[in-house]
Amino acid sequence: MDFFLQLLVNGLSIGFLYGISAMGFVMIFKSSSVLNFAHGEVLALGAFIFLALVVSAGIPVVPAFLLTLCASFALGFIIERLFLRPLIGEPLIEVVMLTVGLASVFKGFMLLVWGGNLHTFPDFLPEWLELNWNTIQVAPVYTASFIAGISFLVIFGLFFKYSSQGIYMRSVADNQTAALSLGVHVKRVFALSWAIAAMVAALSGIILGIMNGINVHELSSIGLKVFPVVILGGLDSIGGAIVGGIIIGLLETFTGGYISTSMRDIVPYMALVVILLVKPYGLFGLVEIERV
Amino acid sequence: MKKLNFHPCGSYKENYFQELAIFQTDFGRFWAVVGLILLFAALPWLSGPYTLYILNMTGIAAIAAIGLNILIGMTGQISLGHGAFIGVGAYAGAVLAVDFSFPFYLSIPAAGLITAMAGMVFGIPSGRLKGLYLTIATLAGQFIIEYVLVHWEGVTRGTMGITLPSPEVLGFQLSGDRSFFYIIFLSLAVLTWAAVNLTRTRHGRAFVAIRDNDRAAEGMGIPVFRYKLLSFGISSFYAGVAGAIWAYYMISVTTEPFNLTLSVEYIAMVIIGGLGSISGSIFGATFITLLNEGLRYMTDWLMNSGGIPGFEINFAPIRELVFGLAIVLFILFEPKGLAEMWRIVKSNFKLWPFSY
Repeated sequence: MDFFLQLLVNGLSIGFLYGISAMGFVMIFKSSSVLNFAHGEVLALGAFIFLALVVSAGIPVVPAFLLTLCASFALGFIIERLFLRPLIGEPLIEVVMLTVGLASVFKGFMLLVWGGNLHTFPDFLPEWLELNWNTIQVAPVYTASFIAGISFLVIFGLFFKYSSQGIYMRSVADNQTAALSLGVHVKRVFALSWAIAAMVAALSGIILGIMNGINVHELSSIGLKVFPVVILGGLDSIGGAIVGGIIIGLLETFTGGYISTSMRDIVPYMALVVILLVKPYGLFGLVEIERV
Repeated sequence: MKKLNFHPCGSYKENYFQELAIFQTDFGRFWAVVGLILLFAALPWLSGPYTLYILNMTGIAAIAAIGLNILIGMTGQISLGHGAFIGVGAYAGAVLAVDFSFPFYLSIPAAGLITAMAGMVFGIPSGRLKGLYLTIATLAGQFIIEYVLVHWEGVTRGTMGITLPSPEVLGFQLSGDRSFFYIIFLSLAVLTWAAVNLTRTRHGRAFVAIRDNDRAAEGMGIPVFRYKLLSFGISSFYAGVAGAIWAYYMISVTTEPFNLTLSVEYIAMVIIGGLGSISGSIFGATFITLLNEGLRYMTDWLMNSGGIPGFEINFAPIRELVFGLAIVLFILFEPKGLAEMWRIVKSNFKLWPFSY
């Protein structure tokens, strides 16, 4: 029973992290229908920027964190402006391959600068974040990820509901042409959604980095784990990303705990195929109806 | 004597047969024949072992890239699992050669057929999915096949790998780069011929119709799902043949090379070469293979000459960086790829020196 509970807690927290990682991905897809294969690399880049600021430049944690968020915001903006904007209206394969190419560029860059080794952040999370019930332990980083996830969800909820930019983003997601004709600056919305997505990605990169240490390959593979999560939750649902993340996280830990550890990494993709065949638009995704 | 026709100063096609002709002019046909003769009679004897190795790798890559181009460029189904299918072909060829002692001229096509079946299985989601959903499904396919290759130890011997015997014809051992050159380039020639002619058949036209508008294609009476599966099958057949030849050429097969990076590399070949163009796939395969080798050569040279002081140069990250940059730049500046560049060069020379 303890084993079960521990797995449950682990699954929930890993799932939550997947959910947060997927949030930025969903954001980009929702506004511009771009499938971002470079998401894992943007996430890793965020973690590395934080690492550089904290360890190499010796900036205290809080300002370094804020600086990282700003830097990744700018990075997302630049990516959209330089690479994605010329491709608006181009065929899907070109957009997909562009993000794949970008992923490769970022990965190469990070490997050149930081190498393929494991780096770790200095331990800065306060002790009181560690929770204990009888035999079950929740590490501080899990609590932090939970808090960060919940707060981002709330912030996003408020942002989309009340801020004018958020409403513009929703309108673009809903109907690009109509939004354009009503005077929404669609290009700015695209840029903003990439910027916010990169920022969220950096945040989840930092959390993942605290948890497992930061390594280019590990972190960028999260970018691929995101696919089962978003397909399960629905490609254009931010809440769905969290739910999908939790389900995939639980699935992964329980398979790892009860069936075999080697199955652990493959189970999300098996689930992915099944979901795609049974319910391709996911739990909360918008069903696209096509007419000729 | 038949009147030879050269490049006309415009499009003067009067019927579909002219439109469908592979060689628009006798000039082109003549050079194709000369090129083939030079390729088979002169090239292997003029080039050294390293050049032959590069040529062989290019040839193998070209076979698989043509297959992927049939799927992506002609049928419009994006697959991120091509690398895994090449792996299936390599393992199928290796298992047939070692466990069932098939001769190589049987095991290579048989590996192609087995891979075609695997490809059709993983093409089943295309019945319901299209566009990016299908892309994600093939991504899952890539991971699942990779997992099976590593963990189905009874057949694939897991991470140990399989060592293949050298191919044999009528008692002659074929080994060394030169004999492989003939195996690879004969297969490439046959498969290129098949692919070029496929575009002219009703199946090829059905593929193109599905790419351009699958609903309209369905409305015109094309069984879309069946043709999508066929396209997956044909494309995987090419991948399987390439994989099996690769296995023979490399002598031993392990699971490492057949990962997502390989799939991405093949899509890059197809895009850089030119979507939907058979010659483009060959250009793309050449480009990527040369890029890989060039970068390896450059990093080796930098390392041997002491490198830049205080800066450690590593092959993998630079390769990754340049490779990604090549994809990005091609998509941004020449999305139709090398085939289009070649066409522009050709059409500039068509009327040369009187261009107007």
